[in-house]
Amino acid sequence: MSETPKPDELFSNIDYRPPSSGWMDTPVDIKKGIYSYAGNPKSLEYVGLPFARQWNPIDEDWSLPENWKEIISKGFRERLDRFRSIKVFMDICVRCGACADKCHFFIGSGDPKNMPVLRAELLRSVYRNDFTTAGKIIGSIGKNFKKIIGARELDLQVLKEWWYYLFQCTECRRCSVFCPYGIDTAEITIMGRELLNLIGLNIDWIITPVANCYRTGNHLGIQPHAYKDMMDFFSDDIEEITGVKVEPSFNRKGAEILFVTPSGDVFADPGTYTCVGYMMLFHYLQEKYGFDITWSTYASEGGNFGFFTSHEMMKRLNAKMYAEAKRLGVKWIIGGECGHMWRVIHQYMDTMNGPADFLEEPVSPITGTKFENAKSTKMVHIAEFTADLIKHNKLELDTSRNDHLKVTYHDSCNTSRGMGLLEEPRYVIKNVCNNYYEMPVNTIREQTFCCGSGSGLNAGENMELRMQGGLPRANAVKYVHEKHGVNMLSCICAIDRAALSASVEYWVPEVEVTGVHEMVGNALILPGEHKRTTDLRSEPLPGMEDDDAE
Amino acid sequence: MATVEYMGKTFTVDEDGFIDTYESYCEEWVQWVKHQEGIEELNDEHKKVITVLQEYYEKNGIAPMVRILSKVTGFKLKHIYELFPSGPGKGACKMAGLPKPTGCV
Repeated sequence: MSETPKPDELFSNIDYRPPSSGWMDTPVDIKKGIYSYAGNPKSLEYVGLPFARQWNPIDEDWSLPENWKEIISKGFRERLDRFRSIKVFMDICVRCGACADKCHFFIGSGDPKNMPVLRAELLRSVYRNDFTTAGKIIGSIGKNFKKIIGARELDLQVLKEWWYYLFQCTECRRCSVFCPYGIDTAEITIMGRELLNLIGLNIDWIITPVANCYRTGNHLGIQPHAYKDMMDFFSDDIEEITGVKVEPSFNRKGAEILFVTPSGDVFADPGTYTCVGYMMLFHYLQEKYGFDITWSTYASEGGNFGFFTSHEMMKRLNAKMYAEAKRLGVKWIIGGECGHMWRVIHQYMDTMNGPADFLEEPVSPITGTKFENAKSTKMVHIAEFTADLIKHNKLELDTSRNDHLKVTYHDSCNTSRGMGLLEEPRYVIKNVCNNYYEMPVNTIREQTFCCGSGSGLNAGENMELRMQGGLPRANAVKYVHEKHGVNMLSCICAIDRAALSASVEYWVPEVEVTGVHEMVGNALILPGEHKRTTDLRSEPLPGMEDDDAE
Repeated sequence: MATVEYMGKTFTVDEDGFIDTYESYCEEWVQWVKHQEGIEELNDEHKKVITVLQEYYEKNGIAPMVRILSKVTGFKLKHIYELFPSGPGKGACKMAGLPKPTGCV
């Protein structure tokens, strides 16, 4: 693992002047701290992906299959035929450059191949050469003419360039917001990564969670007994903090609702406190209104790293949600705070693994609200569910228990741009805490900046890349920290909670990271609770210290 | 994959120096990681962390979350960093022969 430069060093190293040579003549230089490790062959084998082998990105020889060009070319052709969007995105870009400075990786690195237009051009150049009439005609005149139309042949250097830069895109789609043609560069990355997977070129931080997920139902490889063990640990925590014993149920047949959340919430701080928040909310609703929900140790992952591998892998890993809902006989599903999970649910699940005609259209049993937007997927985001409860005055809240927090909100790329969930999380936050400040308008809502580590790039070995990509978001956090004293960055995504914790610690160490339901849990008054002296992190609540200690 | 030779034993390790399989764990491996981590003397507290990690791993197939490790050992995270300068994952888990944790963590 390479040493990550210090923040001021990294910042002053950003150089927006492009190299003097043209982009096609500038060979790829795979740098430590930027690339992620190659996929573990055992993980590829586990899910039946081809060409599982040991290889190292910085080696000259990637041990590619002999006919790799043929495989890629055939794969490209198939995808152009299968996905109309890709064909259109390959053809219509006029290279206007509106997207160029919208990418967090370009802003944080200055590397021109991180301009979304140029990242896409890495593939487009090969598309022009192999799949357009102009490319074929001009190519037949002579190799040197290809450049005129921006075409080039696929060779080993080009392949390495694809790999290096396709794993420097978080598929966040901020660039797409600014594209006058609406080209979705994330889809180009998705397609490029699919092609790379045809010849065994995934990264380990994606494929090992994929294999774990296929085996145990979640990315971290948590088995049912361990899942229960962790939740028991949280129950003990809740009892210590509130005096109330919370007993969630697992895999319970006949429950009305199934709850699915990213496994990061069960395993990794600070997501674990968000998990505690869900547990408290469900307990409260059960006590007050007879709310009937079950967790699952099988559908124990909301996230889907298959989405970062191929459409087929996404479908395989997603299938467990409906399968478990059917097995348990629930009416509908609530999903936790996760980012790309919701892009998969919102934009793919219904057609991929649906229709879920065995489920009912979601209606809140407490407020009677019909979630019209979830009519097809039968799956409701917990921020919508909780916002509706608050709107109908169904929660007793003591907002002063969040008074030590000055909060801002990071829109996760996938919940904002991928499903338009903008108001509900803000509504929840503003109703559970008293100090809320927005970051600048061009860094939130549909223009939100990525955490910098999404789409499977949240590894340890590529920390320099992650800090580059995390800079624009952290910069906006720094702004509200300096202007309003913001000390808590909230979000509704497990990758965000892990990624922002690292990037904020690096760029704005005075600020911490939280999920929205952690703050809900802080404020929620559980029936029969004793006086709270700490927040959910067991940190003393200012002004609410134990009377005995005074 | 790279190999490490130490005190007459050969270990296969990944890019970050984690052992390829828990079965290869042995006293020589502990000594190798101790040397790598720059730990002067292994005391009972180090051993307690290693034992807790291994017992949890054998039961659950994964490393425990940091808060469970803290609770069971009774050591605050800060103290675990004092024992293992690279931290609970890259220091303690490595010494215990556990695989590198991967996922949304």
